[in-house]
Amino acid sequence: MSSDPPSGYETGDDVFTRIRAMMQWTPQGRALGMDLISLADGKVRGRIPYSPQIVGDPDTGVIAGGVITTFLDQLCGMAVVLAMKPPGPVATIDLRIDYMRAAEPGRDILAEAHCYKIGRNVAFVRAVAFEDAPDSAVAHATATFMVNPAAVKRPGANLREKKR
Amino acid sequence: MNTEERLATALARIPYAAFLGVRAELKGDELTLVMPFADHLIGNPVLPALHGGVVGALMELTALTQLAIASKSDAFPKTIDVGFDYLRSGRPRDTFARARVVKIGRRIANVQAEAWQSERGALIAAMHGHFLLADDAVEPA
Repeated sequence: MSSDPPSGYETGDDVFTRIRAMMQWTPQGRALGMDLISLADGKVRGRIPYSPQIVGDPDTGVIAGGVITTFLDQLCGMAVVLAMKPPGPVATIDLRIDYMRAAEPGRDILAEAHCYKIGRNVAFVRAVAFEDAPDSAVAHATATFMVNPAAVKRPGANLREKKR
Repeated sequence: MNTEERLATALARIPYAAFLGVRAELKGDELTLVMPFADHLIGNPVLPALHGGVVGALMELTALTQLAIASKSDAFPKTIDVGFDYLRSGRPRDTFARARVVKIGRRIANVQAEAWQSERGALIAAMHGHFLLADDAVEPA
Protein backbone atom coordinates (compact mmCIF):
# COMPACT_ATOMS: atom_id res chain seq x y z
CA MET A 1 0.00 0.00 0.00
CA SER A 2 1.00 3.62 -0.15
CA SER A 3 -0.52 6.18 2.09
CA ASP A 4 -0.50 9.73 3.28
CA PRO A 5 -1.98 10.69 6.59
CA PRO A 6 -5.61 11.82 6.30
CA SER A 7 -6.33 15.42 7.13
CA GLY A 8 -6.61 16.04 10.85
CA TYR A 9 -3.82 13.55 11.47
CA GLU A 10 -1.75 16.13 13.34
CA THR A 11 -4.56 17.02 15.71
CA GLY A 12 -4.87 15.66 19.20
CA ASP A 13 -6.64 12.37 18.34
CA ASP A 14 -5.23 9.35 20.13
CA VAL A 15 -3.03 6.97 18.13
CA PHE A 16 -5.68 4.24 17.86
CA THR A 17 -8.20 6.65 16.35
CA ARG A 18 -5.62 7.96 13.87
CA ILE A 19 -4.44 4.56 12.66
CA ARG A 20 -8.05 3.40 12.38
CA ALA A 21 -8.93 6.49 10.35
CA MET A 22 -5.99 5.79 8.01
CA MET A 23 -7.15 2.20 7.42
CA GLN A 24 -10.67 3.29 6.59
CA TRP A 25 -9.41 6.25 4.56
CA THR A 26 -8.56 3.93 1.65
CA PRO A 27 -11.58 3.13 -0.57
CA GLN A 28 -10.33 -0.47 -0.97
CA GLY A 29 -10.05 -0.82 2.82
CA ARG A 30 -13.63 0.39 3.17
CA ALA A 31 -14.83 -1.90 0.35
CA LEU A 32 -13.40 -4.88 2.25
CA GLY A 33 -14.73 -3.65 5.61
CA MET A 34 -11.23 -3.57 7.13
CA ASP A 35 -11.11 -2.50 10.75
CA LEU A 36 -8.55 -1.95 13.48
CA ILE A 37 -8.90 -4.06 16.65
CA SER A 38 -5.96 -3.09 18.82
CA LEU A 39 -2.49 -1.58 19.09
CA ALA A 40 -0.12 -3.10 21.63
CA ASP A 41 3.69 -3.21 21.90
CA GLY A 42 4.11 -1.89 18.36
CA LYS A 43 1.78 -4.59 17.00
CA VAL A 44 -1.21 -3.61 14.91
CA ARG A 45 -4.14 -6.03 14.95
CA GLY A 46 -7.01 -5.80 12.45
CA ARG A 47 -9.98 -7.66 10.99
CA ILE A 48 -11.63 -8.35 7.66
CA PRO A 49 -15.20 -9.62 7.98
CA TYR A 50 -16.13 -12.71 5.98
CA SER A 51 -18.37 -11.84 3.05
CA PRO A 52 -19.65 -13.84 0.03
CA GLN A 53 -18.26 -11.22 -2.41
CA ILE A 54 -14.61 -11.89 -1.44
CA VAL A 55 -14.78 -15.66 -1.95
CA GLY A 56 -12.07 -17.06 -4.22
CA ASP A 57 -13.22 -20.69 -4.38
CA PRO A 58 -16.98 -20.95 -4.99
CA ASP A 59 -16.93 -24.70 -4.27
CA THR A 60 -15.61 -24.35 -0.73
CA GLY A 61 -16.39 -20.71 0.18
CA VAL A 62 -12.73 -20.02 1.04
CA ILE A 63 -11.87 -16.33 0.60
CA ALA A 64 -9.48 -15.30 -2.18
CA GLY A 65 -5.75 -15.02 -1.57
CA GLY A 66 -5.94 -11.51 -3.00
CA VAL A 67 -8.01 -10.39 -0.03
CA ILE A 68 -5.34 -11.65 2.38
CA THR A 69 -2.70 -9.89 0.24
CA THR A 70 -4.55 -6.57 0.42
CA PHE A 71 -5.26 -6.93 4.13
CA LEU A 72 -1.66 -7.82 5.05
CA ASP A 73 -0.24 -5.07 2.82
CA GLN A 74 -2.50 -2.51 4.49
CA LEU A 75 -1.85 -3.76 8.02
CA CYS A 76 1.94 -3.92 7.48
CA GLY A 77 1.79 -0.31 6.24
CA MET A 78 -0.10 0.67 9.39
CA ALA A 79 2.58 -1.01 11.55
CA VAL A 80 5.23 1.14 9.81
CA VAL A 81 3.19 4.31 10.35
CA LEU A 82 2.86 3.36 14.02
CA ALA A 83 6.66 2.97 14.27
CA MET A 84 7.41 6.32 12.55
CA LYS A 85 8.26 9.37 14.59
CA PRO A 86 6.64 11.50 13.30
CA PRO A 87 4.19 9.46 11.19
CA GLY A 88 4.33 10.01 7.42
CA PRO A 89 3.60 8.37 4.09
CA VAL A 90 4.88 4.86 3.30
CA ALA A 91 5.00 2.72 0.13
CA THR A 92 5.37 -1.05 -0.25
CA ILE A 93 8.64 -2.19 -1.87
CA ASP A 94 8.19 -5.92 -1.46
CA LEU A 95 5.60 -8.20 0.09
CA ARG A 96 5.96 -11.96 0.47
CA ILE A 97 3.18 -14.23 1.71
CA ASP A 98 3.45 -17.90 2.69
CA TYR A 99 0.18 -19.82 3.00
CA MET A 100 0.10 -22.44 5.76
CA ARG A 101 -3.47 -23.50 4.97
CA ALA A 102 -6.79 -22.30 3.53
CA ALA A 103 -8.81 -19.84 5.59
CA GLU A 104 -11.89 -21.35 7.25
CA PRO A 105 -15.01 -20.53 5.21
CA GLY A 106 -17.53 -18.25 6.91
CA ARG A 107 -15.09 -16.81 9.44
CA ASP A 108 -13.54 -13.36 9.79
CA ILE A 109 -9.82 -13.08 9.16
CA LEU A 110 -7.68 -11.37 11.77
CA ALA A 111 -4.07 -10.33 11.32
CA GLU A 112 -1.28 -8.84 13.36
CA ALA A 113 1.64 -6.85 11.93
CA HIS A 114 4.83 -5.71 13.64
CA CYS A 115 7.43 -3.30 12.29
CA TYR A 116 10.60 -4.75 13.88
CA LYS A 117 13.11 -2.38 12.27
CA ILE A 118 12.76 1.10 10.87
CA GLY A 119 15.56 3.10 9.27
CA ARG A 120 15.70 6.48 7.59
CA ASN A 121 14.58 5.04 4.23
CA VAL A 122 13.32 1.52 4.74
CA ALA A 123 11.15 -0.31 7.28
CA PHE A 124 10.90 -4.08 7.82
CA VAL A 125 7.65 -5.75 8.84
CA ARG A 126 6.38 -9.22 9.72
CA ALA A 127 2.71 -10.18 9.83
CA VAL A 128 0.52 -13.19 10.46
CA ALA A 129 -3.12 -13.87 9.45
CA PHE A 130 -5.39 -16.22 11.45
CA GLU A 131 -8.96 -16.77 12.67
CA ASP A 132 -8.36 -17.41 16.38
CA ALA A 133 -4.73 -17.02 17.39
CA PRO A 134 -1.42 -16.18 15.67
CA ASP A 135 -0.02 -19.64 16.49
CA SER A 136 -2.54 -21.31 14.16
CA ALA A 137 -1.79 -19.16 11.15
CA VAL A 138 -3.44 -19.06 7.74
CA ALA A 139 -0.52 -17.08 6.34
CA HIS A 140 2.74 -15.44 7.31
CA ALA A 141 4.05 -12.32 5.57
CA THR A 142 7.26 -10.34 5.44
CA ALA A 143 7.38 -6.92 3.84
CA THR A 144 9.66 -3.96 3.27
CA PHE A 145 8.45 -0.40 2.93
CA MET A 146 9.86 2.91 1.74
CA VAL A 147 9.53 5.45 4.51
CA ASN A 148 8.48 8.92 3.32
CA PRO A 149 8.76 7.86 -0.36
CA ALA A 150 8.29 11.40 -1.70
CA ALA A 151 10.73 13.00 0.73
CA VAL A 152 13.80 14.87 -0.43
CA LYS A 153 16.77 12.48 -0.55
CA ARG A 154 19.69 14.39 0.96
CA PRO A 155 19.77 16.73 3.91
CA GLY A 156 20.06 20.29 2.60
CA ALA A 157 18.67 19.41 -0.84
CA ASN A 158 15.73 21.63 -0.07
CA LEU A 159 18.15 24.58 0.27
CA ARG A 160 19.66 24.18 -3.21
CA GLU A 161 18.17 26.22 -6.01
CA LYS A 162 15.77 24.43 -8.31
CA LYS A 163 17.05 23.90 -11.87
CA ARG A 164 15.11 26.00 -14.35
CA MET B 1 -16.38 -25.61 -24.59
CA ASN B 2 -13.18 -24.08 -25.92
CA THR B 3 -10.49 -22.78 -23.58
CA GLU B 4 -11.71 -19.19 -23.71
CA GLU B 5 -15.27 -20.14 -22.76
CA ARG B 6 -13.97 -22.45 -20.06
CA LEU B 7 -11.89 -19.60 -18.63
CA ALA B 8 -14.66 -17.06 -18.82
CA THR B 9 -16.93 -19.52 -17.00
CA ALA B 10 -14.30 -20.33 -14.38
CA LEU B 11 -13.57 -16.64 -13.72
CA ALA B 12 -17.25 -15.72 -13.66
CA ARG B 13 -17.74 -18.28 -10.89
CA ILE B 14 -15.21 -16.51 -8.63
CA PRO B 15 -17.02 -13.83 -6.62
CA TYR B 16 -13.75 -12.03 -5.82
CA ALA B 17 -12.94 -11.67 -9.55
CA ALA B 18 -16.29 -9.90 -9.93
CA PHE B 19 -15.50 -7.78 -6.85
CA LEU B 20 -12.33 -6.59 -8.62
CA GLY B 21 -14.15 -6.32 -11.98
CA VAL B 22 -11.56 -8.55 -13.72
CA ARG B 23 -12.14 -10.04 -17.17
CA ALA B 24 -10.02 -12.38 -19.31
CA GLU B 25 -8.69 -11.98 -22.84
CA LEU B 26 -7.10 -15.01 -24.45
CA LYS B 27 -4.81 -14.80 -27.50
CA GLY B 28 -3.74 -18.31 -28.46
CA ASP B 29 -2.64 -19.83 -25.17
CA GLU B 30 -1.59 -16.47 -23.70
CA LEU B 31 -3.95 -14.93 -21.23
CA THR B 32 -4.26 -11.25 -20.31
CA LEU B 33 -6.42 -10.29 -17.36
CA VAL B 34 -7.85 -6.79 -17.54
CA MET B 35 -8.87 -4.88 -14.42
CA PRO B 36 -10.79 -1.77 -15.52
CA PHE B 37 -10.36 1.17 -13.17
CA ALA B 38 -12.97 1.55 -10.44
CA ASP B 39 -13.05 3.87 -7.43
CA HIS B 40 -13.14 1.09 -4.85
CA LEU B 41 -9.73 -0.19 -6.06
CA ILE B 42 -8.01 2.96 -4.78
CA GLY B 43 -5.59 2.66 -1.87
CA ASN B 44 -4.43 6.27 -1.75
CA PRO B 45 -7.07 8.88 -2.60
CA VAL B 46 -4.58 11.78 -2.50
CA LEU B 47 -2.15 10.60 -5.23
CA PRO B 48 -4.47 8.86 -6.31
CA ALA B 49 -3.08 5.33 -6.56
CA LEU B 50 -4.47 1.80 -6.76
CA HIS B 51 -4.16 -0.29 -3.61
CA GLY B 52 -1.03 -2.44 -3.91
CA GLY B 53 -3.07 -5.37 -2.63
CA VAL B 54 -5.46 -5.34 -5.59
CA VAL B 55 -2.57 -5.15 -8.07
CA GLY B 56 -1.09 -8.17 -6.27
CA ALA B 57 -4.47 -9.90 -6.33
CA LEU B 58 -4.78 -9.30 -10.09
CA MET B 59 -1.36 -10.90 -10.72
CA GLU B 60 -2.18 -13.87 -8.49
CA LEU B 61 -5.50 -14.43 -10.31
CA THR B 62 -3.64 -14.26 -13.64
CA ALA B 63 -1.08 -16.79 -12.43
CA LEU B 64 -3.79 -19.18 -11.18
CA THR B 65 -5.76 -18.93 -14.44
CA GLN B 66 -2.72 -19.26 -16.74
CA LEU B 67 -1.66 -22.27 -14.70
CA ALA B 68 -5.12 -23.85 -15.03
CA ILE B 69 -4.72 -23.50 -18.83
CA ALA B 70 -1.17 -24.87 -18.84
CA SER B 71 -2.01 -27.88 -16.67
CA LYS B 72 -5.25 -28.54 -18.58
CA SER B 73 -7.17 -28.54 -15.32
CA ASP B 74 -10.70 -27.37 -14.61
CA ALA B 75 -9.84 -26.68 -10.99
CA PHE B 76 -7.69 -23.80 -9.80
CA PRO B 77 -4.36 -24.61 -8.12
CA LYS B 78 -3.70 -23.56 -4.50
CA THR B 79 -1.27 -20.80 -3.62
CA ILE B 80 1.74 -21.93 -1.57
CA ASP B 81 3.64 -18.65 -1.58
CA VAL B 82 3.68 -15.39 -3.51
CA GLY B 83 6.19 -12.53 -3.61
CA PHE B 84 5.24 -9.12 -4.94
CA ASP B 85 7.67 -6.44 -6.11
CA TYR B 86 6.15 -2.98 -6.33
CA LEU B 87 7.81 -0.86 -9.01
CA ARG B 88 5.55 2.17 -9.60
CA SER B 89 2.31 3.36 -8.09
CA GLY B 90 -0.75 2.21 -10.00
CA ARG B 91 -2.56 5.17 -11.55
CA PRO B 92 -6.36 5.39 -11.65
CA ARG B 93 -6.68 3.67 -15.03
CA ASP B 94 -7.08 0.16 -16.48
CA THR B 95 -4.49 -2.40 -15.39
CA PHE B 96 -3.34 -5.48 -17.28
CA ALA B 97 -1.53 -8.62 -16.15
CA ARG B 98 0.06 -11.62 -17.78
CA ALA B 99 1.67 -14.68 -16.26
CA ARG B 100 4.33 -17.12 -17.42
CA VAL B 101 4.42 -20.67 -16.16
CA VAL B 102 8.12 -21.27 -15.58
CA LYS B 103 7.81 -24.90 -14.60
CA ILE B 104 5.09 -27.43 -13.89
CA GLY B 105 6.31 -30.34 -11.81
CA ARG B 106 4.38 -33.30 -10.47
CA ARG B 107 2.89 -31.40 -7.58
CA ILE B 108 4.19 -27.84 -7.66
CA ALA B 109 4.36 -25.14 -10.33
CA ASN B 110 6.52 -22.04 -10.47
CA VAL B 111 4.85 -18.99 -12.05
CA GLN B 112 5.88 -15.38 -12.72
CA ALA B 113 3.47 -12.53 -13.43
CA GLU B 114 3.67 -8.88 -14.43
CA ALA B 115 1.26 -5.95 -14.23
CA TRP B 116 1.29 -2.77 -16.30
CA GLN B 117 -0.97 0.10 -17.37
CA SER B 118 -0.41 2.40 -20.35
CA GLU B 119 3.02 1.02 -21.33
CA ARG B 120 3.74 -2.69 -21.55
CA GLY B 121 7.42 -2.00 -20.81
CA ALA B 122 6.77 0.12 -17.72
CA LEU B 123 5.69 -2.51 -15.19
CA ILE B 124 3.92 -1.30 -12.08
CA ALA B 125 4.48 -4.59 -10.26
CA ALA B 126 5.82 -8.12 -10.64
CA MET B 127 5.06 -11.39 -8.88
CA HIS B 128 6.60 -14.82 -8.53
CA GLY B 129 4.94 -17.67 -6.75
CA HIS B 130 4.62 -21.39 -6.12
CA PHE B 131 1.32 -23.20 -6.51
CA LEU B 132 0.08 -26.63 -5.52
CA LEU B 133 -1.45 -28.25 -8.58
CA ALA B 134 -5.02 -29.51 -8.67
CA ASP B 135 -5.41 -33.30 -8.59
CA ASP B 136 -6.51 -33.52 -12.24
CA ALA B 137 -3.56 -31.42 -13.49
CA VAL B 138 -1.54 -32.85 -16.36
CA GLU B 139 2.24 -32.68 -16.19
CA PRO B 140 3.58 -31.68 -19.62
CA ALA B 141 5.77 -34.29 -21.34
